[in-house]
Amino acid sequence: MTNTIACVEEADVILITGSNTTENHPVISAGVKRAVASGRARLIVVDPRRIKISEFAETYLRPTLGTDVAWINGMMHVIIKENLHDKQFVEDRTENFEALKAVVEKYTPEYVETITGIPAQQLIDAARLYAGAGVGSILYCMGITQHTSGTDNVKSLANLAMLCGNLGMRGGGVNPLRGQNNVQGACDMGGLPNVFTAYQPVNNDDASQKMATAWNVEGLSTSIGMKATEMIPAAHDGRLKALYVIGENPLVSDPDLNHAEDCLGHLELMVVQDLFMTETARMADVVLPSRCFAEKDGTFSNTERRVQRVRQAVDAPGEAWDDWKILTELSGRMGYPMNYADSEAIFEEIRQVTPSYAGITYHRIEMEGLHWPCLNEEHPGTPVLHGVQFTRGKGMFHAIDWQPPAEVPDQEFPLYLTTGRILYHYHTGTMTMRSEDLMERAPESFVEISPQDATAYGVADGGRVSIASRRGQIEARVKVSPKAVTGTVFIPFHYAQGAANKLTNAALDPIAGIPEYKVCAVKLSPAS
Amino acid sequence: MRGSSEKGKTMADQNLLVMNGNEFAFEAGETILDVAGRNSIDIPTLCHLKGTTPTGACRICVVEVEGARTLLPACATPAGKNMVIQTESPKVVEARRTILKLLLASGNHNCAARGSDEQDWTEFQLAVERDDRSDQLCPVWGDCRLQDLAYRYQVTGEGLPGTVIPYPIEDVNPFIVRDFSRCILCGRCVQACNDVQVNKAISFGFRGSETKIIAAGDKPLKDSDCVFCGECVQACPVGALVEKSVRYEVRPWETERVRTTCTYCGVGCQLYLHVRDNRVVKVTGVQDAAPNYGSLCVKGRFGYNFISSPDRLTHPLIKRNGEFQEASWDEALAFVAEKLTALKENHGPESIGLLTSARISNEENYVAQKFARAVLKTNNVDHCARL
Repeated sequence: MTNTIACVEEADVILITGSNTTENHPVISAGVKRAVASGRARLIVVDPRRIKISEFAETYLRPTLGTDVAWINGMMHVIIKENLHDKQFVEDRTENFEALKAVVEKYTPEYVETITGIPAQQLIDAARLYAGAGVGSILYCMGITQHTSGTDNVKSLANLAMLCGNLGMRGGGVNPLRGQNNVQGACDMGGLPNVFTAYQPVNNDDASQKMATAWNVEGLSTSIGMKATEMIPAAHDGRLKALYVIGENPLVSDPDLNHAEDCLGHLELMVVQDLFMTETARMADVVLPSRCFAEKDGTFSNTERRVQRVRQAVDAPGEAWDDWKILTELSGRMGYPMNYADSEAIFEEIRQVTPSYAGITYHRIEMEGLHWPCLNEEHPGTPVLHGVQFTRGKGMFHAIDWQPPAEVPDQEFPLYLTTGRILYHYHTGTMTMRSEDLMERAPESFVEISPQDATAYGVADGGRVSIASRRGQIEARVKVSPKAVTGTVFIPFHYAQGAANKLTNAALDPIAGIPEYKVCAVKLSPAS
Repeated sequence: MRGSSEKGKTMADQNLLVMNGNEFAFEAGETILDVAGRNSIDIPTLCHLKGTTPTGACRICVVEVEGARTLLPACATPAGKNMVIQTESPKVVEARRTILKLLLASGNHNCAARGSDEQDWTEFQLAVERDDRSDQLCPVWGDCRLQDLAYRYQVTGEGLPGTVIPYPIEDVNPFIVRDFSRCILCGRCVQACNDVQVNKAISFGFRGSETKIIAAGDKPLKDSDCVFCGECVQACPVGALVEKSVRYEVRPWETERVRTTCTYCGVGCQLYLHVRDNRVVKVTGVQDAAPNYGSLCVKGRFGYNFISSPDRLTHPLIKRNGEFQEASWDEALAFVAEKLTALKENHGPESIGLLTSARISNEENYVAQKFARAVLKTNNVDHCARL
């Protein structure tokens, strides 16, 4: 997030898109609901499902799946045409405005309606509402990013925020709600194929030299590595021989699971380090028991870039080890000893090589976490990014045209499928499915379908149906729901039985390499 | 003791009041309770819920203000210039004792504080047993605001006829037990649900002596808009709302609290793990800390059973002839080190990939990418941010 969680309640208008906030970030959704219920903020929701948070919205727009760039361009078209944009901000803080203006020229509300299905007047109203407010906050989640156009979608939201001057102040911002406890930290720490910690590029000589010196090694690779979504197919064609997996369950979470399983079967060595014997661990050659959050000390970085303490409360079961200890012991056996007394000792090393974390110490975050960047021990942290200037100097408008998703419905597969999480489960369910109470509320996979579609396909609430895409077929229970919009069905991806990802499309965003989980085409029939 | 008086202002210009004989400064908009809280004067509250509009419902926070006709609720009375306030005067204490006595007589408050009238004790206990389906004491004995106050003011419910609560316990959901016989109708849960979480699942229903906190026109929680965030349980000052897994299982003094960060989504809620015998038995939100200020969701509050699940992996496993066999750490690590070294030598570093994790700590992610880069010599390191 460019801004903080608390900032959400300081906005005059909140635009939520591609985020089922009440189910996936319930505590943040409470802030949104408080702001709206108290009359402090007005809410726009843009989502293909009529999700709970849309009940709080003044304006709810329902776009066809995979048409985000079109409606965002449409809003910007209206804002520029009606002269509602922040001309001072555009002039002082941004560049390439003319190119943006040229590309959004053709996205008239009427043209956007033909792509997105959003009635022209609704789009105009939403544009006026967002641009007319004092400070506007944009909240988004995987509904924006998990597309072949994911990078374009995010850039488009950034365009919209910059156009209205909504960056660099409290209450504003472009705010991705991150879905996992430490996904922010995993990125910050260089758990990515192209960067070291704090996003220092691996192919930058200075950065590479700095790390080589700090780590006292030679021969660091300066070529960008494979993304997770590239490793799987690389296993199939033999370029990847070994995969070491920590706390992940790609055999439920990856797209096009049948193919993914086939790929991993080609590996010569798979090591899995986890809490449980997951679907992925079962395929491994070696499985190593690790500790869960309640059994370890350390830090997580949350979605607002706040680095917070994690503290050990209980002993680990059996011989489970800290993940860092497993890795350092292995490293020692491969000729590179890493000796750390505890997690704090590792954090001290992180501070040395990570400018944005340099000022953070365990002592300073004992009671309350700090937002990075925090450059030195006197630095108060940075709750709001881009206050005076952007990282690159001026904010760059990207002129982006809408591209359709990789797969759309046709005669054979006439329905759109979109996937996501539900309130009672988390990711592949390895943790939540071991709570009987959570399971009682959400015991099995289901397909959410509109009453009209249920009638059209001759299926009833609670009945079982077969759902098939070009890549696979599953069975699930029918949930007829007012959240569903006719022509589009939703399946949660948590369940290994009735796994939504047997159906999803592994088509990737060309830059981010993120799969298009949010759009594919399926057909549906009563289960035989 | 003086409040923080500003230089250059005469006393007449400042917002000052006198509480229990000491002078304190206050800001416009502060209540008497706010000023007291800032200055470590303990005015007891029951219905007051931080961050919401005071209802003044329970009146336990009444104070004596010079010149006022009646005692005033500190939670809902704005601090006023030159007010002279007594927070524990005989009149105040008497009022609080009366309120507590009535509350203790208003339902199944069967802790020692209820008193033990020889006349009604057995009948009362039998009623509790019948309503409560249990012969034990109140499930929050020792962790109850009402009991604390009864003790502080030395009040029992003796001498007043116990009210019979006509509503049975509701426990048909997996998370929360609602015991209406212990409810004091303070309304904190209603505010927690409507004003803090804004789920609007519960409200006051019926009237007079039949008043009850209802969900969806008096249905069980599971059939209402309730999403089991448990904000109401955390707000309940008595034993009316209790976690199902905790009830009659966990006594508060048997547990230790450890503050940590939630393991589920990226909000990073601050929570306390309540630990007994090396097991997490309850979770609560940290009230005064960002980013969640006490709020949690159903996963954060109730989804902790996986920690002590019997399914946890406890030993390294090596697959031999298609079957996993337990191995020592030495064996397993030597096996992996040898295989990785050989693959690196024979096929090059780029033949190895490492998926680190969005679930593990910063420290562990750092070590993981360092291992990939410095030891394996590859940048094939990623995690599930995209998935």
